[in-house]
Amino acid sequence: MARDNKQLNIMIIDELPERSMAMEKLLTNLGHRIVATASSGHDLPQLVSRYQPDIIIIDMDSPDRDTIEHMHSISAERPRPIVMFTNDDDSDTIQKAVKAGVTAYIVDGMHPQRVMPILETAMARFKEYQSIREELEKTKNTLEERKLIERAKGIVMKQQNYDEETAHKTMQKIAMSRNMKLVDLARSIIAAAELLRTGK
Amino acid sequence: MMTEKSKLPVPEKHELTLGFIPLVDCCVLVAAREQGFFKKYGLEVSLSREASWANIRDKVCVGALDGAHMLAGMTIATTLGLGFNKKPMVTSFSMNLNGNAITVSKALYERLLEKDANIENDPNLSAKALKQILQEDSAAGKPMLNFAMVYPYSNHNYEIRYWMAAAGINPDRDVALKVIPPQYMVDNLKDGLIDGFCVGEPWNSCAVSMGVGKLLTSGYQIWNNSPEKVFGVTRDWAAKHPKTHLCLVMALIEAAAWIDNANNRDSFANVLASDEYIGIEPDIIRASLAGNFNNHADAEPRSIPDMHVFHRYQANFPWCSHATWIISQMYRWGQLQEVIDIKQIAEAVYRPDVYRLAASRLGLTYPSFNYKTEGEQGSEWKLDDDDLDFKLGADKYMDNIVFDPDNVVSYLSGHKVENCLVELAQLEKLNR
Repeated sequence: MARDNKQLNIMIIDELPERSMAMEKLLTNLGHRIVATASSGHDLPQLVSRYQPDIIIIDMDSPDRDTIEHMHSISAERPRPIVMFTNDDDSDTIQKAVKAGVTAYIVDGMHPQRVMPILETAMARFKEYQSIREELEKTKNTLEERKLIERAKGIVMKQQNYDEETAHKTMQKIAMSRNMKLVDLARSIIAAAELLRTGK
Repeated sequence: MMTEKSKLPVPEKHELTLGFIPLVDCCVLVAAREQGFFKKYGLEVSLSREASWANIRDKVCVGALDGAHMLAGMTIATTLGLGFNKKPMVTSFSMNLNGNAITVSKALYERLLEKDANIENDPNLSAKALKQILQEDSAAGKPMLNFAMVYPYSNHNYEIRYWMAAAGINPDRDVALKVIPPQYMVDNLKDGLIDGFCVGEPWNSCAVSMGVGKLLTSGYQIWNNSPEKVFGVTRDWAAKHPKTHLCLVMALIEAAAWIDNANNRDSFANVLASDEYIGIEPDIIRASLAGNFNNHADAEPRSIPDMHVFHRYQANFPWCSHATWIISQMYRWGQLQEVIDIKQIAEAVYRPDVYRLAASRLGLTYPSFNYKTEGEQGSEWKLDDDDLDFKLGADKYMDNIVFDPDNVVSYLSGHKVENCLVELAQLEKLNR
């Protein structure tokens, strides 16, 4: 098959179709060909031998990494053994990949220079998604925490006959003197109240 | 166990993240966290559920995890640079013995049963029955049977190979043996994509209770009280955090002793089954921890009392002879293609010194030697030393071959099937 010398055949294994589509577009724009995209759980060895990718980009949340790694040890019968992409023994690449949550396997003998831009692109894309997810997580957490603190405050108001401001200040004081987060104190107050209620 | 607060070592680092794979034997880490053993030693531990063994390895290597629930063979493979990433690793804590089993599809089970009615009682008989079936299939031009395990450098791989090879089956030629992540095993078996697998719990229990497969042989029947998971860290990490490492091992020994108690297992099954850890029906975990497997719908469950050994029999002691056996299997199956000083690597990775220090601080006795002959004891036994109050477990292999860690080469040449890729004479020269 005649193809551009610089063009590489890429396979993407990703749990998030949205992210994988975005990556496909970016990598196609770089002049590469996406030969297959898959989520976890497919017969990977079969896909790999059918599509013969030069590089496999894989989401680290996918359990399939172990399946791919085994293809290396049975490579005696395969013309294109797969190895994990590292930039000549430097663990820097692995570190960056771990942080981004994506890694790559390449056919043995491929020059790292040719693959690095692809991995960089994938890592950037994954990082972007990570920060979106973290942002969502954070908003969710603060919301939940605020709810807990409000609930605990209600308990303190009722039990001690305090107004809202006094209840809040008292909780803040206790939390500070015990070196604990306000939300953790709130959790203890709620737990204690629940214990007393069920003990009745 | 005896620990006075004033004598506790002070960890260099107290906030730690440890990785685990959602399997029953991660319960030692979970118990250490949930039952407050980590806290007792001043450690704040977050447990990070990981998707693959490759993730565990890479994250420990780059320091994204301080340490992890690890396949025993992975510590050695990573030290040797087999399996994609090279970094010296150490372990001073063996997490459990046994825990694996080989489960086959109902169809294959029926075929095996036709060959021999006693397949469940003796793995030699089930392996022989399989050999007959493979020969018949081959003569009839039928496709190969498919088997799966979880990772190339796992005891699951070495156990299923050992079992097949004992009957003269070459696992690299006579069947297709592939890697499938544990959580996909049952579906693959159900869909007929594989005919059998060797995996850790709860996945055998799951296949059996869903009626998808039959538990054919336990790992215990292949090698009594074989090592399974360890707690692994990098050698650099251990050198930089000796006290933290000691604290971790002390906490883990206490947790392992706690979860080895049958009553605690029963109550802890719910915690372990929660989404934060394994994420499966608590009843499956409870039955597995008790060693009960519902192999036949209308009969009593099949009982395997030593299915999970977490502490008794010195289960937590990192025997260098276990490491040596694992290296022998890496040679046997052509994974290790370099001639090495076997004991040197075994002793670099398996570090009983830290274990002994932790055990003595806890007031526990421990073996004073690092190697033992494997495969000689058919039942539990005691060392010839009145000061030592512990018993060791049976350690027989299914074929009664004895493993002498001083004579790995003659051990290798004593097996029927081996796909070794090094010159045994060369290996002998370096290991005399």
